[in-house]
Amino acid sequence: MAEKAKEEGNALVKKLLSNNLTWSVLAFILLVIVCTIFQHDFLALSWNDNTGGLAGPLITMLQESARYLMIATGMTLVISTAGIDLSVGSVMAVAGAAAMQTLSHGTNVWVSILIALAVGLAIGCINGALVSLLGLQPFITTLIMMLAGRGMAKVITSGQNTDASAVAGNEPLKWLANGFILGIPANFVIALVIVILVGLLCRKTAMGMMIEAVGINQEASRMTGIKPRKILFLVYAISGFLAAIAGLFATASVMRVDVVKTGQDLEMYAILAVVIGGTSLLGGKFSLAGSAVGAVIIAMIRKTIITLGINAEATPAFFAIVVIVICVMQAPKIHNLGAEMKRKRALKAQAKAVAA
Amino acid sequence: MTTATANKVKAPKKGFKIDRQMIPTLAAVVIFILMIIMGQAMFGTYLRLGFVSSLFIDHAYLIILAVAMTLPILTGGIDLSVGAIVAITAVVGLKLANAGVPSVLVMIIMLLIGAVFGLLAGTLIEEFNMQPFIATLSTMFLARGLASIISTDSLTFPDGNNFNIISAEIKIIDRPKISHDLTINVGVIIALLVVVFGYILLHHTRTGRTIYAIGGSRSSAELMGLPVKRTQYIIYLTSATLAALASIVYTANIGSAKNTVGVGWELDAVASVVIGGTIITGGFGYVLGSVLGALVRSILDPLTTDLGVPAEWTTIVIGLMILVFVVLQRAVMAVGEKK
Repeated sequence: MAEKAKEEGNALVKKLLSNNLTWSVLAFILLVIVCTIFQHDFLALSWNDNTGGLAGPLITMLQESARYLMIATGMTLVISTAGIDLSVGSVMAVAGAAAMQTLSHGTNVWVSILIALAVGLAIGCINGALVSLLGLQPFITTLIMMLAGRGMAKVITSGQNTDASAVAGNEPLKWLANGFILGIPANFVIALVIVILVGLLCRKTAMGMMIEAVGINQEASRMTGIKPRKILFLVYAISGFLAAIAGLFATASVMRVDVVKTGQDLEMYAILAVVIGGTSLLGGKFSLAGSAVGAVIIAMIRKTIITLGINAEATPAFFAIVVIVICVMQAPKIHNLGAEMKRKRALKAQAKAVAA
Repeated sequence: MTTATANKVKAPKKGFKIDRQMIPTLAAVVIFILMIIMGQAMFGTYLRLGFVSSLFIDHAYLIILAVAMTLPILTGGIDLSVGAIVAITAVVGLKLANAGVPSVLVMIIMLLIGAVFGLLAGTLIEEFNMQPFIATLSTMFLARGLASIISTDSLTFPDGNNFNIISAEIKIIDRPKISHDLTINVGVIIALLVVVFGYILLHHTRTGRTIYAIGGSRSSAELMGLPVKRTQYIIYLTSATLAALASIVYTANIGSAKNTVGVGWELDAVASVVIGGTIITGGFGYVLGSVLGALVRSILDPLTTDLGVPAEWTTIVIGLMILVFVVLQRAVMAVGEKK
């Protein structure tokens, strides 16, 4: 009886250990512990009456994670079709620039938000059209868009870093980035809702399976009656749209767009979040929950870097090491190493048994 | 007799095939000539020897980077770390030069740093099955981050160091007006030597043949018994070391550097290679095409400035240009598949 319970427990532990999500959550907790050691009130939460929400290091971390959640979700869908979207950072800048520029020219704030979202969607659609209709490589297509998008952001603001913080009636946009819903950062709640909606769309309908089928083999998916072109177009369009939301989050928190720095290097963070979440870069399999945890971990790593007082300039090197370690851990060679050792041990045991 | 007929039968077929594949490269030639003619007609300076000289002197580094980028792209891979390697080698080199280390030693150390990053990328790709794109993206961030840790100041070479030798101008044609002089410097000579090296490596060695074979189909290359793994190491080692060489040429020419030097240069190099007709999925392309692509890319800067195109538009123009060439390649390939 006890043995059976133990066996069941072992199976559960094994299942937990083999799950990528467990490791991600563990990594997150580890980072929190490290931060708490360095800054004892790291976990402290207080109620701020002025903003009407919770305040504390963890809350600012959640606020920052919203934009990563958005781009990581889009990136997950794109990567699971065996593609990649390098333009997310630039799309953020374009959308932010569009919102700030129209706002500072007296457009209604809601119209500005809609324009920004439409711009992001349009860029995503162009990516999608180039990849699906012309059959261009996703990598080179979105690389071009990354280049051109930066230029577009500069053209929209004529090279300036447009500031709309003084514009009257910008409250809704400000609330989007700095507001609170039931004491929790509004942008985090919105991002979470969107992630859940995308998750429902993928997992409660056949969407997710179709996306994975296209990622495994486009030609085979076409033969089973899926329309790979439509799916490809859709994932890039979604990615562009979500990147625009991320751009709004990023620019609205300071009500200012920096045409060079807004969204800079964020495509790397998005890819990293997806990789941490256990989605294969080769496509054909994805986990939105994993990517969401990955996105929060990215924000947490950034927070850790700040808390530990590491030079901000060193951030890229820090992230590079994290990527290398994660990718090396995922490498078949390392996985085989475990299996190889087990096999050898089994052989030894067998030899012992024979000898006995 | 038999060989002659065989040749006759073969020759036109082969000629046709190359013609089709060469369309993007030919398009680049046409565009380059058109750009020169346009510049000359509108501003009258583009055929002056002085203009040609400065084009080569200022963009010697880009020619080297284009050659470096050709190797991984020919195998269907990519090396995104070249720009960041330029940054870290430049920062380390200038620090060492300022500390009084002899220039020759500094250059050797710079090349070695490049080689280490290339080796790291090669190891990640070959031993840990990382995609070249992700592996070089991470070495890019690593190099950029380390460069920023070492220094974020703008560093300048101390007086009287031997880096001046590389940037010292050599007048080939001396005329009364400077704008009519043909001048080159050692940096340009290095760039030309790199082009010759790339040409010989790709077209006259076994390694070069293996590179094309990997680009055609990696598994076929492996089944044929070609040393795929070793070649992959050579490719990323070479491209990273050439990036360090580009850094030497660039910093010697400019005389100073910062940790932000080389941001986006990997894209310029990719643009050069793609414009030059190398197919981004690998297996087909030339070094000389990439050099042509680098020249097209280089002439774009003065041309857009002279035409009064706002600086913001330059990246859009470059992006559109790459797009046109990629679409052209795709169209050529699609026509070929149908036939």
